[in-house]
Amino acid sequence: MSSETVVRVIVSGLLNGGVYALAAMGLTIQYGVARVLNLSHGEFIVVAAWLTWTFFTRLEINPLVSAAITAPFFLGIGFLIHRTVFTTLRKRAPSPAAFEGNSLLVAFGFLYVVQNIALLIWGGVPRAYYWLTGGVNILGVRFALNNVIALAVAVALGVAFFVFVNRSRLGKAIRAAVEDPATAGLMGININLVLPLVFGLGALMAGVAGVLLSMCYPISTFMGMNYTIIALVVVALGGLGSIPGGFIGGFILGIVGSIVGQLESTLTLSSFYALLMILLVARPKGLLGKS
Amino acid sequence: MDISKFTSRKFLSVAGFILAILAFLAIFPLYGSNSEVGVGVIILMYVILTVSWVMFSGSTGYMSLAVAGFFGIGQYVAAFLYPRDPGPLLPLPAVIIAGGLASFVFALVVGLVTLRLKGMYFAIFTFGFAVFLGSIMQYYELQIRGRRGINVFPISNQTAFYILIVVVVLTLLTAYLIRRSRLGLAMQSIGENEDAAAHMGVNTTMVKVMTFAISAFFMGVVGAIMAPKWQSVDYSSAFLLLYSFMPVLMAIFGGMRELYGPVIGAVIFAYTERTLRLQFPYYYMLAFGIALILIIIYLPGGLTGLVPTLKDKLGGVIARLRKGGQ
Repeated sequence: MSSETVVRVIVSGLLNGGVYALAAMGLTIQYGVARVLNLSHGEFIVVAAWLTWTFFTRLEINPLVSAAITAPFFLGIGFLIHRTVFTTLRKRAPSPAAFEGNSLLVAFGFLYVVQNIALLIWGGVPRAYYWLTGGVNILGVRFALNNVIALAVAVALGVAFFVFVNRSRLGKAIRAAVEDPATAGLMGININLVLPLVFGLGALMAGVAGVLLSMCYPISTFMGMNYTIIALVVVALGGLGSIPGGFIGGFILGIVGSIVGQLESTLTLSSFYALLMILLVARPKGLLGKS
Repeated sequence: MDISKFTSRKFLSVAGFILAILAFLAIFPLYGSNSEVGVGVIILMYVILTVSWVMFSGSTGYMSLAVAGFFGIGQYVAAFLYPRDPGPLLPLPAVIIAGGLASFVFALVVGLVTLRLKGMYFAIFTFGFAVFLGSIMQYYELQIRGRRGINVFPISNQTAFYILIVVVVLTLLTAYLIRRSRLGLAMQSIGENEDAAAHMGVNTTMVKVMTFAISAFFMGVVGAIMAPKWQSVDYSSAFLLLYSFMPVLMAIFGGMRELYGPVIGAVIFAYTERTLRLQFPYYYMLAFGIALILIIIYLPGGLTGLVPTLKDKLGGVIARLRKGGQ
C-alpha cells in the first residue's frame, strides 16, 4: 500500500468516525442514563437526513442552518417520547431488568413507526444533494470540504457535550443518574425531568449526525438499521453508558471500517459485528467500561 | 398407574379439544384453497418459532434475539442439501433434521460463548448474531458464488402444511415436557434469581445452553421446511430481523404463563400479518410498530394474562347476581 493510500484510508476513517461518534454518544447516554437501548436510533438519523435534504432542495437552506433547526426539534421529540412512553413503561415495570427488556421492544416498535412514516413521506429511493463538494488537501490527498466540515461539527458537539456533562449543574445530575438513578432521585434530582432530557439529548445527537451524514452521502430510508448497528458496536466497544468511550470508539470504528472497506467493501458490516462479538466475549463491559 | 387421571372430566375435555383441532388441521388442506393453505403454513411457522422462543426465553428471562439467525441457518441447510439445480442430495425428512441439528450446534457454540453475558449484553449479542450471519452470506453469495439467492427444490403448500403440523405437535410436546421436568424448574429458578439457583446446586450453565440449543433446533427445523416452500433462499430474506422480533411480540401478546398463550398470540398475529400486509404494506408495518408499543405498555401479561383477572371480575359479578337472585 502506498503512503497516499494509508493517509486516505486513515483520514476518511476519521471523517466517517465523527458521525459514528455522535451517533454512538447519543445511543450510549440513552442507554446509560435512561436505560433504553434505542434500536430506533438510526431511524432518527434517517429522518434528520431527509429533513435536511428537503430544506436544502426545496427551500435552499444551508445544511448547517438546518442543523440548528433540527437539533432543538429532535431534543423536543426525544423528550416527549420519553415523557409519554418510556416514563409510563418505567413506572409500570416490576423491576429495572424488566424495564430494560420492555424498552428495547418498544424502541423496536418505534423503529417501524418512524421508518414507515419516512417511507410514506420520502419513499424508498435513495437521493442526495450536493453542497461544498470542492476539495481540501490533507497530507497530499484530496478530501471533499463537506466531509471535513462534518467532522469539525461532530468534534465540536462532542466536546461541547463532554464539557456540559462534566462542568454544568445539570451535567452533574446526569452523571449522578448514570451511577444510580434510584439514589439520584432520593438526592433530590428530578428523575422525571432528567431522564426525558437525556433521552432528548440522545435524539438531538442522532439528529445532528443525520444532518452531517446527508452532507456527505446519499440518503436512503432503509439505512437506519446500519447506523443503529454501528452505534451499538461503538457503544459496546466503549462500554454501555460511557460518553468518552462512545466518542473515541466512534473514531476507532471509523478507521476499522475504512481499512476493511479498502480491502473488501461488502465485508464492512460483518467486520463490525465480528469486532462486536469478540469484544463482548473478551471484555463484556467494553474497553473503557467499569467492571 | 392411576387410570382415573386419564378419565377425569378435565383431561377428557382437553384431549377432545386438542383432537378436534388436529382433525380440523388434517382436513383443512383438502378443502382450503392454495392461498388459504399458504396462510396456514405461515401461521404454523410462527407458532413453532414463538413456542420455541418461549421455551428458552420465557422462563429464563434471557431475551434471545437470535431467532432469525437459527431460522436462517435452517433455510441455508435446505438450500445446500435440497437444491433445485443438481436436485435434492438427501430426502426431505433428513434435510429437515439436518437443519435442526445445524442450528442446535450453532446454538451450543453461541450459548457457551455468551454465557457470561447478562441482560442487555445477551440481547445485543444475539441480535448481532443474526445480522452477522446475514452479512456473511451476502459476501458468500455476491462475491464467491456470484449470484444472489439459491433456488431450492420446491414442495407444495399442502406438503409443507402437513410437515409443519407434525413439528408443531412435537414442539408443543417438548415445551410441555420441559415445563414439567426438573429442567423446567431449573430454568424458572434461573429466571427468578440466577445466583440463588446456582447456590442451590442448579448447573445454570448446562441448563441455559441445553435449552437454548433445544429451542434453536426447532427454529432450524422450521427454516429447513420453509426454504423449499418459498423455493429460494437469499441473504436478506433468510435473516430478516422481523423473524427475531415477531416471536417475542407474539409471545408477549398471547401471554407466556400458559403454553397455549404463545400459540394464540402467534395465530392472531400471523393471520393479521398475512391478510393486511399485502394490501397496505407501509400502513401495516406502521400499525405493527404502534401495536408493539401499546401491547408492551398496557398488556404486559398478554391475552391469557387477562384470563385470571377477567375470571375474578366475572366471578364476582356472577356471585353477586346469584346473591341478588336468592
